Amino acid sequence: MVGSTLYDKIWRDHVVLERDDGTCLLYIDRHLLHEVTSPQAFEGLKLAGRRPWRVDANLATPDHNVPTTARARGIEGIDDEIARVQVVTLDANCKAFGIEQYDILDPRQGIVHVVGPEQGATLPGMTIVCGDSHTSTHGAFAALAQGIGTSDVEHVLATQCLVQRKARNMKVEVTGQLPPGVAAKDLVLAIIGRVGTAGGTGCTIEFMGSAIRALSMEGRMTVCNMSIEAGARAGLIAVDDTTLDYLAGRPLAPQGDRWARAAEAWSRLHSDSDANWDVEVTLDANAIVPQVTWGTSPELVLGIDQRVPDPAGFGDPSARDQASRALAYMGLEPGTPLAEIAIDKVFIGSCTNARIEDLRAAAEVARGRQVASGVQALVVPGSGPVKRQAEAEGLAEIFVDAGFEWRDPGCSMCLAMNADKLAPGERCASTSNRNFEGRQGHGGRTHLVSPAMAAAAAIAGHFTDVRELARGSR
Amino acid sequence: MKPFTTLIGVVAPLDRANIDTDQIIPKQFLKSIRRTGFGDNLFDAWRFEDEGSMSRTPNERIINRRFVLNQPRYQGASILLARENFGCGSSREHAVWALDEFGFRCVIAPSFADIFFNNCFKSGLLPIVLEEEIVDQLFREVARTPGYALTIDLAAQTILKPDGSMLSFAVGAHQKHCLLGGLDDVGLTLEHTDAIRAFETRHRAANPWLFGEAP
Ligand code: SF4
Repeated sequence: MVGSTLYDKIWRDHVVLERDDGTCLLYIDRHLLHEVTSPQAFEGLKLAGRRPWRVDANLATPDHNVPTTARARGIEGIDDEIARVQVVTLDANCKAFGIEQYDILDPRQGIVHVVGPEQGATLPGMTIVCGDSHTSTHGAFAALAQGIGTSDVEHVLATQCLVQRKARNMKVEVTGQLPPGVAAKDLVLAIIGRVGTAGGTGCTIEFMGSAIRALSMEGRMTVCNMSIEAGARAGLIAVDDTTLDYLAGRPLAPQGDRWARAAEAWSRLHSDSDANWDVEVTLDANAIVPQVTWGTSPELVLGIDQRVPDPAGFGDPSARDQASRALAYMGLEPGTPLAEIAIDKVFIGSCTNARIEDLRAAAEVARGRQVASGVQALVVPGSGPVKRQAEAEGLAEIFVDAGFEWRDPGCSMCLAMNADKLAPGERCASTSNRNFEGRQGHGGRTHLVSPAMAAAAAIAGHFTDVRELARGSR
Repeated sequence: MKPFTTLIGVVAPLDRANIDTDQIIPKQFLKSIRRTGFGDNLFDAWRFEDEGSMSRTPNERIINRRFVLNQPRYQGASILLARENFGCGSSREHAVWALDEFGFRCVIAPSFADIFFNNCFKSGLLPIVLEEEIVDQLFREVARTPGYALTIDLAAQTILKPDGSMLSFAVGAHQKHCLLGGLDDVGLTLEHTDAIRAFETRHRAANPWLFGEAP
């Protein structure tokens, strides 16, 4: 008998029943909620006269719409009337149904995908869903974590189950070690550049290999976060000591005897060596350099040492068409070295790169330097605890001294639903995950990079190889 | 949910790959707490020249005449023809609501992003996957035939073309059943309440740490 993948194991542990056509009822252990995709689901629940199936499986926090300034004013600080209604509605729904919420004034509030792991609400072997595609982040903990639409939010609230067919197994093995100055973000961008934004469609990706094992939990979350940008609904990384060390002692993680029992159960959360893979991809980490996207899809990415490509060089007509549209939107000329592209704004934040390690990497570059004149640079921590830790470690001071703006936690300019956004034509070095047209503001131009590369761009006023900046003087 | 049985509709071609949900319904229009009101802002950045906001109606906007959906021949179209990886990006079901409200009941493409594909069935929109060559052929036929319409029969899983030829397509049995009957997925799942309870009891015994103390 062939062995099982990690995905096979978690899937099997959660199937309530399977229908003839292969659709299953999959039991959901953890449901995370935020203000944008939940109101219609609660409304549906109320209209049908239903209650949540298991209240303790749910955890909510507002993140997409919250302002990153004047947080002390709480909900009153949200100037946009319509956005305020969403946050107020989340409050009301959580109260009405008894769901735990870290509200806008709670010290634990933050981006839902930063908050879950940080509080130990994300545990290995779990099935996790949230009305947000970057739920894939939690896969770093060997949890099957998937984004769902609002109807499924309602379905999970009402039934604790998701109706789903099993996906295929895809293995992405990253051998070797990332060179100094090259981060988890560069690694995942390189993977997406290789497999494309549809490369993982219909698959659950497991990331493995020496370069993945060497990553911290923060780095692994960055990688799994962007599984969705490779087309996969979920990304997974097996449990090891790094996982256990991160989780031990977290408020919602099991303690004492329960911890010991859980840790033992989690030790089987890896793929068997004789498991069967539908798709396999291998990358060499040693060859990866800091990455910068140049187009309007995360797959349009190159090393910082490269030039903006010429669409004529793309063999496939559809790819050529996509590339020329992207260059027109991005206002870029073929042949321009990526390192000569000047920027207007810098955004360090989002569920991809707003954890403590990301801020440390950016602060290391910013220390003793100054943001280039004319550049506005925001640092938006992923959660209240990240913010306080960064302040305690002196990172906030480094940023402020260097001319960065130090903000309150939330999604912020990752999707620009709040006041933080790009003006038409403005160009941004961003640590977020999507460079789609208009994502950071109508007509705004987004280049995805690592936190260190974003900080380096802020200092230089254009993209630059952070490894060279590190060699130069302050 | 409204049922989907047969559809006779004009086809509108959107010849782009990787159309993401940020394009289908940009985030500035996601602030509503209702399921309706998204159709006016479908493909907002492409349909209009100016920047939209939730308080402005299409009548106050500058129409982008070059955009394909604004061409007179595609007015009233209910079938959208697109390229691979349609609906990638964000999980926002608002994208499906916007397409539906604008008048689309069916999207045909060589491939879809998983979450979007799944969301379609929850609002009575039928996503159909056809081979790349067939989609190519459809793009050509639509371009040269004003008023090009297809007849889609979900029960038979067939597409009747204007020339009388027939295509067939695949759809999951459960999703087909829900769509044909306009059935509420939640109601169907709750028919299995006992199975869910039984699973939960076993699951709790094996993984007690996954269950918080009862509130
Ligand atoms: S930070 Fe960005 S990607 Fe992450 S949940 Fe918020 S909006 Fe979505």
